[in-house]
Amino acid sequence: MTQTNEVLLSVRNLSVSFTTEDGEVNAVSNVSYDVRRGQTLAIVGESGSGKSVSSLAIMGLLSGKSAHVSGEVEFDGQQLVGADPEDVRKLRGSRIAMIFQDPLSALHPYYKIGDQLIEAVQVHNKVSDADARKRAAEMLDRVGIPSVEQRLDEYPHQLSGGMRQRVMIAMALINDPELLIADEPTTALDVTVQAQILDLLRDLQKEFGTAIVLITHDLGVVADLADDVMVMYGGSAVEQAPVREIFYQPQMPYTWGLLASIPQVHVDSTRLDPIPGNPPSLINMPTGCVFAPRCTYKNQVPNNLCATTKPDLETTSSGHSARCHLTAAQRDAIRLEKNIGRSN
Amino acid sequence: MFPYIIRRLGLMVVMLTLLSIVTFLLFNAVPTDPAMLTCGKSCTPELVAANRIRLGLDQPLYVQYIDWIKAIFVGRTYGSGTQTFPCNAPCLGYSFRNGEEVTVMIKAALPITIYLALGAFVLWMVFGILSGIYAAKHHTEWQDRVIMGVALVGYSLPVFFIGLVLLIFVVVRLHLLPYPDYVAPQTNPVQFLQTMILPWISLAILYAAYYTRLTRSQMLETLSEDYIRTARAKGLPESVVVRKHGFRAGLTPIVTSAGLDLAGLLGGAVITEYIFSLPGLGRLSIGAVTEYDLPTITATVLVAATFVIVANLIVDMLYAAIDPRVRLS
Amino acid sequence: MSESTPILRVRDLQKYFPINSRGFSRRHIGDVKAVDGISLEVMPGETLGLVGESGCGKSTAGRAMLRLLEPTGGEIEFAGHDVMRMKKRDLVPLRREMQMIFQDPYSSLNPRQTIGSIIGAPFDIQGVKPEGGVQKTVQELMERVGLNPEHFNRYPSEFSGGQRQRIGIARAIALKPKLIVCDEPVSALDVSIQAQVLNLLEDIQDEFGIAYVFVAHDLSVVRHISDRVAVMYLGKIMESAPRELLYTAPVHPYTHALLSAVPIADPDRERARERIILTGDLPSPSNPPAGCVFNTRCWKAQDRCFSEAPVLREISAGHKVACHFPETGGLNAAAMTAPATGSDFSEN
Repeated sequence: MTQTNEVLLSVRNLSVSFTTEDGEVNAVSNVSYDVRRGQTLAIVGESGSGKSVSSLAIMGLLSGKSAHVSGEVEFDGQQLVGADPEDVRKLRGSRIAMIFQDPLSALHPYYKIGDQLIEAVQVHNKVSDADARKRAAEMLDRVGIPSVEQRLDEYPHQLSGGMRQRVMIAMALINDPELLIADEPTTALDVTVQAQILDLLRDLQKEFGTAIVLITHDLGVVADLADDVMVMYGGSAVEQAPVREIFYQPQMPYTWGLLASIPQVHVDSTRLDPIPGNPPSLINMPTGCVFAPRCTYKNQVPNNLCATTKPDLETTSSGHSARCHLTAAQRDAIRLEKNIGRSN
Repeated sequence: MFPYIIRRLGLMVVMLTLLSIVTFLLFNAVPTDPAMLTCGKSCTPELVAANRIRLGLDQPLYVQYIDWIKAIFVGRTYGSGTQTFPCNAPCLGYSFRNGEEVTVMIKAALPITIYLALGAFVLWMVFGILSGIYAAKHHTEWQDRVIMGVALVGYSLPVFFIGLVLLIFVVVRLHLLPYPDYVAPQTNPVQFLQTMILPWISLAILYAAYYTRLTRSQMLETLSEDYIRTARAKGLPESVVVRKHGFRAGLTPIVTSAGLDLAGLLGGAVITEYIFSLPGLGRLSIGAVTEYDLPTITATVLVAATFVIVANLIVDMLYAAIDPRVRLS
Repeated sequence: MSESTPILRVRDLQKYFPINSRGFSRRHIGDVKAVDGISLEVMPGETLGLVGESGCGKSTAGRAMLRLLEPTGGEIEFAGHDVMRMKKRDLVPLRREMQMIFQDPYSSLNPRQTIGSIIGAPFDIQGVKPEGGVQKTVQELMERVGLNPEHFNRYPSEFSGGQRQRIGIARAIALKPKLIVCDEPVSALDVSIQAQVLNLLEDIQDEFGIAYVFVAHDLSVVRHISDRVAVMYLGKIMESAPRELLYTAPVHPYTHALLSAVPIADPDRERARERIILTGDLPSPSNPPAGCVFNTRCWKAQDRCFSEAPVLREISAGHKVACHFPETGGLNAAAMTAPATGSDFSEN
């Protein structure tokens, strides 16, 4: 399948809030992004950044009356927010699929691998058990599971963690979806198994032309797989750019902080430069920039602007936007001084 | 799986043996001399001594135990010479109260209790589970709150209250049903049903309330599991998600409770049997207790406990049937 | 004690978990060899990183060397004491010197105790009366680890994950120990918080001269914090070396594979580099392969590797490896020659 620039998923001003006993939790505020066919968008953030919630909202998986979803989500021309739940259900598992962090808890412990895969086929296709089983076997074989026939009759607990995640991937891709949402797909896995799974995802994407929304906190995984990156913090998208831009020309202090906090395996690091403080509570959001309370550079912006006014997502260069009151010149100076990214 | 069942059956035999010892000791632990109890109003020391020998109470304790156990399997004969009382297997002795064979009394009472327990069981399981699932599906909505409110009321009402209210309104005031008068179903099925329907309902209300709450909390727990999210992500219709993926996973604690509750009821539903004049095991054992009828007490305890042990075995085997992790580990 | 004497010396440490048959007899039918004969030394004030994938026995090893788990065999010498032969009762005063920090900041703190009493507990247990009283000392400790001392009377549930890990650290350093075994101390934390805690651990080490055994699966974190690193696989040490050497010139194929599996947060580098993708899964520690335990996944394995277990031997100063055919050409040479063919299935 050839890569096109056709937008498959277009999200505009997506907001998600939950009513809880403690008050209104604004998990996602005004997030907009596009995912193009066959491409990978990585959504990066720490826990509570809203990265998982936004995807569950797209899938229509935020059940219950307590979740309020607003904005627009257009999948291949079809509006999903406010759509008939039955229509969204028919998309799930057929055209939009999802894999999760912990494959052991994500697979049903009481049903055989084969039955769970067959079910995934039959819910969207009128095919016989035998044909569905054949399809399941093909798919397991494709994701690199040995002795497929035997595995089909085993239960999830009889497989290793890496095998289980392969089963999850096989189940997600069994109906050849156009979009795969992968929520921390390798976080629960060992590093050598993670390398296997990342490799597999890359191959499968090439083969099937699946667009991937990759939700992760691991910048290494982002660097490995992503075409575009959206950095989320406190429910907002704070920076969006092509992957090289995020790593080499980051524009937002939170992104700088993330890059400076991680030790790297290929260099000896002397001292890490962590972001001070703690992430914001989603109930009492700061009025200004969500990152202002932890931002080391807010004093460079006059009139206490960072604390009072939420910055807009501004385009800094083609395809690159960030939410920050610092001027371009200030950002360049800071990046140069702190040796962040790569100077061109 | 097969060795597991064998192992469990072996364990059951051990439990039953221990149980029989405890029950037997119970017989001997009462402060009153059993020989005295059998003696009647015009009692003389000679009569007591004679009874003691006839009942085998002059033997050492372990001999008495072996005789008692042997009697269950092969029967025994009390007394000797002309004064003999044969007791056929399974012999649990003669009632001190009316001189009847205990086995005969149990045989008469047991079916009534079984009918009562099974009927109520079916009712409460169906209603409890269905309303529990419904409430869980409508969690945080008014349907849930209504069901939980009703269940709370049902759960707080004592069974004698429910029974009496039903009896007074349905039978005494409204004459919708005749006065309860137990007959065996094969003798008169209509009268049997007319008699049993109110006891079934009054027992079932209490348990249904409990099972509604249990099912609801189980469903709420399993519906928040990751594999339920997976099932939804596959595009399964919500009804399939709830029934096939949710309910099966939440079933284990329900099966546990159901097994033990049913077993408990099979040992006798004392209050319900009293209110609706059902001559079941519960009434038999209470009557025996009030009159120091030791052979009947030990027999009813043995029967009730056997039910619980067997139910436990069945519950454990059901676990294995439900959860492959139990079966395959 | 001079700088050249190790504070902790472990010889041939073993920890087996027995597997019993089911049924009444509970016969002993085998062992999970979680730790199968590891030897290591920790110098005062240094950090030894113990790294490996899940199931390699690194956490068990960390606990066994403090006798928080009773080892099956081996020798442990801590600050001149023969820890293995000491009675449990005699160990209590020694515990002052060797502490532990746990992974999960949520479950390792008693939710019904205030922070003050959690951090102050070591004083009670050891019967130590600090100068100025327990409360004052505890508040100083809280301040030292970056907690607000006025939160003395709060409960663990009122703190975030990072703050709870600080509480755990304050408790561990309360009695100024000589050694702390840190079991995955930052793996439950978000990246921005992880860096704060790593810096705190480093500062405390500098200030008090505490030696760390740093047990972790994250190779980047281990590289950052360790002076020396030991790589474990299936209960055994595969390779150990000073940090720099291990990460730039590893010689064990497993170390190569492990390092090459870590994605680098730099897209150009990450996409250009060669990778060794190990095939298959970790064998069961209850039934490890004969010979070298890595032979089922090693692309260099030869007949000898299946018959004879390699011993950990020193190949240069401080650099030890357990391999019959160690690499010599450095990381890149290994990556270039490594074919991605597997024992039981192939990736491609």
